[in-house]
Amino acid sequence: MEPALIIEWVIKSAILLLFGVMGFAYLTYYERRALARIQVRIGPNRAGPFGLLQPVADGIKLIFNEELIPAQADKKMFVLAPIITVLPALIIWAVIPWGRQVIIAGREINLYLSNANVGVLYLTAVASIAVYGIVIAGWSSNNKYALLGGLRSTAQMVSYELALGLSFVGPIILAGSMSLVDIVEAQRNVWFAIPQFVAFIIFLIAGLAEINRSPFDMPEAEQEIVAGYHAEYSGMKFALFFMAEYIKMIAIAAIGATLFLGGYRLPFIDIPSFLEPMVLFIKILILLFGIIWVRATLPRFRYDRLMAFGWKILLPLSLVNVFVTAVILVFKG
Amino acid sequence: MAFPERARVQEIFRGMWITFKSMFEKPVTIQYPEVKRAVPARFRGRHVLNRYENGLEKCIGCALCAAACPSDAIFVEASENTDDVRFAPGERYASTYEINMLRCIYCGFCEDSCPTEAITLEDNYELSFSSRADAIYTKERLLVPVPENGKPTPQEVESGIFTRSVPVMADPTD
Repeated sequence: MEPALIIEWVIKSAILLLFGVMGFAYLTYYERRALARIQVRIGPNRAGPFGLLQPVADGIKLIFNEELIPAQADKKMFVLAPIITVLPALIIWAVIPWGRQVIIAGREINLYLSNANVGVLYLTAVASIAVYGIVIAGWSSNNKYALLGGLRSTAQMVSYELALGLSFVGPIILAGSMSLVDIVEAQRNVWFAIPQFVAFIIFLIAGLAEINRSPFDMPEAEQEIVAGYHAEYSGMKFALFFMAEYIKMIAIAAIGATLFLGGYRLPFIDIPSFLEPMVLFIKILILLFGIIWVRATLPRFRYDRLMAFGWKILLPLSLVNVFVTAVILVFKG
Repeated sequence: MAFPERARVQEIFRGMWITFKSMFEKPVTIQYPEVKRAVPARFRGRHVLNRYENGLEKCIGCALCAAACPSDAIFVEASENTDDVRFAPGERYASTYEINMLRCIYCGFCEDSCPTEAITLEDNYELSFSSRADAIYTKERLLVPVPENGKPTPQEVESGIFTRSVPVMADPTD
C-alpha cells in the first residue's frame, strides 16, 4: 500500500470526524432555531451574530461542568458507556459516499472513505452497536430511572432494527448491490423513494425509533423516567451522549438520502463532482428538518403501543414489501 | 390493535400542516433588554417619592405608609422643618425614608395610605441587587428629580407660606 493512500484516508477521516462533530454542534443550533420558529418564538440569537456562537457557549459550559460519578456506580462501565455510544455514530460515516471522484493535484480522489461491497450490512451492524452503550450507561449508573431508560431503549432498538434492516432490502434488490456507491449510481433516473415508497416510509418511522427521537424518545422520556439512561451523567460525558444522538440523527438522514433520495446525485443531470457533497448536504438538511418538524408536532407514543406497532405492523409490512419487490423484479426479469 | 387507524394517520398530517403553517407567523417573542413591553396603567412597580412643582418634597414624614405596610418594609424617621431649612411644607419632613425591596410585596397600601400622595408605585420593575444592603432603597434613591421650575431641597423660604402639611383639596372628586 502506498503511503499517499494512507495520508489520503487519514485526511478524509479527519474531515468526516470534523463534519460529525461540527455537525453535532450546529444541529443543536439548527434544531433550537427550527423548533422556536415552529413554536412562534425566535430561538437562541444572543451569542454571536444570529446566535451562531451558541453551540460554542454550550460546549464551554459543558466542559466546565463537574464530572460526577455516582458513588454506587460501576465506574469503569460508567466511563466506557458514552464512548461506546459515540463511536458507532462516528464510524458509520465510513461507507456513506458523498460524491464520486475529484482530481486534486493530478491525483484521483474518491469522495468516500470506503466503497465496501457490504456497505448496507455495515450500516445496520454499526448502528446496532450503539444500543450497548445505552444499556451499559443505564445499568452502570445504578439508578432505577437510568436502568429503565436503558431497558426501554434495548427493547425499542431491537424491535425497530428489524424493520429498518428490511427497509434497506428494497433498494438493495433494485440496485442489485450492497455497496452504497452502486445504490446511488442506480438511482440515476429515479429515486428509490418512488418505487420503494413503502420501504421509504418504514425507513423514516423505524429510523426515528432507531435514533430515539420524538415521538419514539421513550428511553429518555423526561416525564416518566427523568432523563432515562443519561440521568446520572454530567459534563463532557453527558455531551458525548448528546453528540452520539445528534450525529446519529445526521447519519440516519444521510443514509436515507443515500438509499432513497439519490444520495449525492441530482436526477437525470450530471453535475461536477466537487458539487456533489453539497447536494448530499442539502438533502441531509431537508431530512433533518423533517425530523425536527416531527418532534415539534407529535407527542410521545405509549410504550406498549410502540412495541405493538413495531412488531405487529411495521415488521410484517416490511416483510411484505421485500417479498413484493422481489416477486415483481423476478417477473419483470 | 387500535393503532394506526386511518383517521389517526390523517390527524398526524393535519398536525404537521398546522406546525408548518405556524413557522411563518410573526414570533411573539419580545427581545427584552432592547424592547420592553409597556406596563399596564395601574402597574405597581418600584416606589418613588414625589415633589411639588416648586421642588419641595410631598412627604411629610407622617409614617402612615410604614404603619400600613403589611410586610414592615418601610422605615420613616421625621424631623422638624424650619423656614430656613425647609424640605416639605408644614411642620415635619422625612429625614430618613427607607424601603427594603426584599420585603416589599408591591401591594400598594403605602400609596393608598399616603395623605399627600407623596409615595406612588411606578413603572420600574427592573429591581436587581447584588447585596442585601443594595436592596434597601434610601430617600435619595426614591426621590424624583427636582422639577424644571423648582429648587432642590432644603430650600430657604419666607415665613408663613408653607403652613399646611396636607394641601388643600380644591376639588374633592379629584
